[in-house]
Amino acid sequence: MSKPLKQIHLAAHFPGVNNTTVWSDPRAGSNIEFSSFVHFAQTAERAKFDFLFLAEGLRLREQGGQIYDLDVVGRPDTFTVLAALAAVTEHLGLTGTINSTFNEPYEVARQFASLDHLSGGRSAWNVVTSWDAFTGENFRRGGFLPQEERYSRAKEFLAAANELFDSWHGDEILADQETGTFLRDAKAGAFVHTGQHFDIHGQFNVPRSPQGRPVIFQAGDSEEGREFAASEADAIFSRHATLEAGQAFYTDVKNRLAGYGRRHDQLLILPAATFTLADTDAEAEELAREVRRQQVSGATALKHLEFVWNRDLSSYDPDGPLPDIDPDVSDNHISKGRAQVRMYRDPLATAREWRELAAANNWSIRDLVIETGNRQNFIGSAETIARTINEFVQADASDGFILVPHITPTGLHEFADKVVPLLQEQGVFRTEYEGPTLRDHLGLAHPDDVRDERVAS
Amino acid sequence: MSSTPPSSLHLAVALDGAGWHPASWREPVARPHDLFTAGYWADLVTEAERGLLDFVTIEDGLGPQSSHFLDPDERSDQVRGRLDAVLIASRVAPLTRRIGLVPTVVATHTEPFHISKAIATLDYVSAGRAGLRVQITARPNEAAHFGRRTIPRIEAYDHPDTGGLVAGLVDEAADYVEVVRRLWDSWEDDAEIRDAATGRFIDRDKLHYINFEGRFFSVRGPSITPRPPQGQPLVTALAHQTVPYRLVARQADIGYVTPHDAEQARPIVAEIRAEQEAAGRAGEPLHVFGDVVVFLDDDQAAAENRRARLDALAGEPYTSDARIFAGTPDQLADLLQELHTAGLTGFRLRPAVAGHDLPAITRGLVPELQRRGAFRRAYEADTLRGLLGLARPANRYAAATA
Repeated sequence: MSKPLKQIHLAAHFPGVNNTTVWSDPRAGSNIEFSSFVHFAQTAERAKFDFLFLAEGLRLREQGGQIYDLDVVGRPDTFTVLAALAAVTEHLGLTGTINSTFNEPYEVARQFASLDHLSGGRSAWNVVTSWDAFTGENFRRGGFLPQEERYSRAKEFLAAANELFDSWHGDEILADQETGTFLRDAKAGAFVHTGQHFDIHGQFNVPRSPQGRPVIFQAGDSEEGREFAASEADAIFSRHATLEAGQAFYTDVKNRLAGYGRRHDQLLILPAATFTLADTDAEAEELAREVRRQQVSGATALKHLEFVWNRDLSSYDPDGPLPDIDPDVSDNHISKGRAQVRMYRDPLATAREWRELAAANNWSIRDLVIETGNRQNFIGSAETIARTINEFVQADASDGFILVPHITPTGLHEFADKVVPLLQEQGVFRTEYEGPTLRDHLGLAHPDDVRDERVAS
Repeated sequence: MSSTPPSSLHLAVALDGAGWHPASWREPVARPHDLFTAGYWADLVTEAERGLLDFVTIEDGLGPQSSHFLDPDERSDQVRGRLDAVLIASRVAPLTRRIGLVPTVVATHTEPFHISKAIATLDYVSAGRAGLRVQITARPNEAAHFGRRTIPRIEAYDHPDTGGLVAGLVDEAADYVEVVRRLWDSWEDDAEIRDAATGRFIDRDKLHYINFEGRFFSVRGPSITPRPPQGQPLVTALAHQTVPYRLVARQADIGYVTPHDAEQARPIVAEIRAEQEAAGRAGEPLHVFGDVVVFLDDDQAAAENRRARLDALAGEPYTSDARIFAGTPDQLADLLQELHTAGLTGFRLRPAVAGHDLPAITRGLVPELQRRGAFRRAYEADTLRGLLGLARPANRYAAATA
């Protein structure tokens, strides 16, 4: 007998502050006005998506000592915009990226528990780390955290937050007007946490929220990040959206679960994915090329080359050849506030490889950046994209995708109108929401049930 | 200049759980099981908007409510627990159109960078109706929730022997507000240019480092959130004595004060106005609102009986920093107008029972004040600053380069 079809999970990433977002397109709307967020969220909900996803960065990016001005700049406060979106949606999950370095557990736990109450159980937390003094300049403690401690702080932060979420069990509020007993237990919310990073105690002041705890996402790809996800997360926001890389990542992470007494279905793998949709595959390929050229202007190409060269390349012609000069290998990087630059561990080798590629293909700087950069993950007609997504999920390259449209806020329309119905016809995507909470959409158990299961086993 | 007539006063309502009386949750009209739902808060704010009120404030705190000054009281007979006030305000913003939304933020343990973008975002989602009420806390148990500092025990905020603790916390709050305000201005209004010709999304010359360096923290900036619709959302603070009056005079758009009658009101207003002048803000609009706890019924005996019944349920008479009023809408209108002549420009009413006294304000007091020509008959502006007669301020950084 063949394996039953997996159900696909789909989410919508609000277009962010990198060059995926094409702000120069005439259809592009505001990235900050609330109406854009409402439009985007309601489109995702109309398409029965699992959740909306918001990224975050706590300092504006700089390059060469100046604020980076070629991409979208500016975004709202994550919690505040998600709480407002809870008012204009009914089912859509609301996933916010919140940093474990420049926040404190008591406050973040209050905010997620409040968001969970105010959304009727739709909150999720993408736990990210940072350490840099650059971001720290916006906060009381500055760059206090050594790089090697960022995951240990993140793990302890999440553990402390979970203790706060669990400090109320859900049955404390009696609110008996006759007898005058509001709380069954006056010590509700009591907690003590002592560890390397946090030494806190007292009483948490938000009662148990509908989901018990927010759904936990993890986004790091390092060895430490994978272990963190396997031990703590409900879902991973990964980068591996090709079939082979996706399968390898999927197998690797799911195989780590047993070590923590967890089952395969207790951690979802949801890569970010871009798409270009047109009436035919050929038209989509053509459109995808156009979008790539929009995403990588000549000016953007030079800036991206600087990520590797770590030098001011503004005097170079983006339509001309690559620089002869070698990268500046230094810890002091020209680009600040961007995780991407750490991908190039050996800039000299990358530069050599790129010069060879450019020479062999007669590529300009701009051509090279377009060709070596991230191509859209799914390109084709609605039929092709629906089929490909389903193949990836059934082949265990992922459990679904977090889609990143390149146009704000209408970039999901065609996908919602054309691809989603095909997935629904194939019986691999919901036609109606089955429950009220994000845990329901994702097929994740309530934390109380997970605890009971662990106790029983 | 205010667009409302000079005899007109401003009205806000302070929302806190089931109401300000500790036994309010036991009234039949209370909805104690709904206190942690969006629907409860949406209903309250919608009711306040129905009464054309200027704004609502939402109380908050970084620990359980307590009847003690400093410590948790471990009582089980009163409402304990609350949701984050900024998130409540944001959740109700799309459901309302004109009323201002002013959540409480605690400066002592939070990051000014986070709060600045949160209130800026509240201003975006409400299309220009956001403010904040800044508060300090000297509670040692709340400090222990964060574990970043210890706070020595004091007898009372106005006790002579606080060893400068309160003054230090207020100074820190003043720096906090300064950072929040600078960050709101750290983007000029026209910083986003979307210039396709040069490929620039922003004109980075119109983004500004705030470079704040103070005794308590340093913040570099700029904000990650563009300048909010109002430019500067409202900053408000409750003040009972000279040190916080100074904070109000230097940094706030509205101060809430607690005189019990007109005679007490005059010197308080005079002191704030003098501090305002000393701070170089003499020409700027600064509202001074009186806080009043209200039990409002159609006849005075009913209001007083209700107060007595609630006190009996609570097991002790209710006391407050603010004047406690029990009476009719007509009598309350008399009191507010008298206090208005003593220099108060508006009032923040604290409903003793939210489910009873809020509708009594919107359906009883407001029509009475309207009859007297002392309150608006329709919203005259679509931002909170507009309702309060405050112009949209110039950006401090744009002015510097002009």
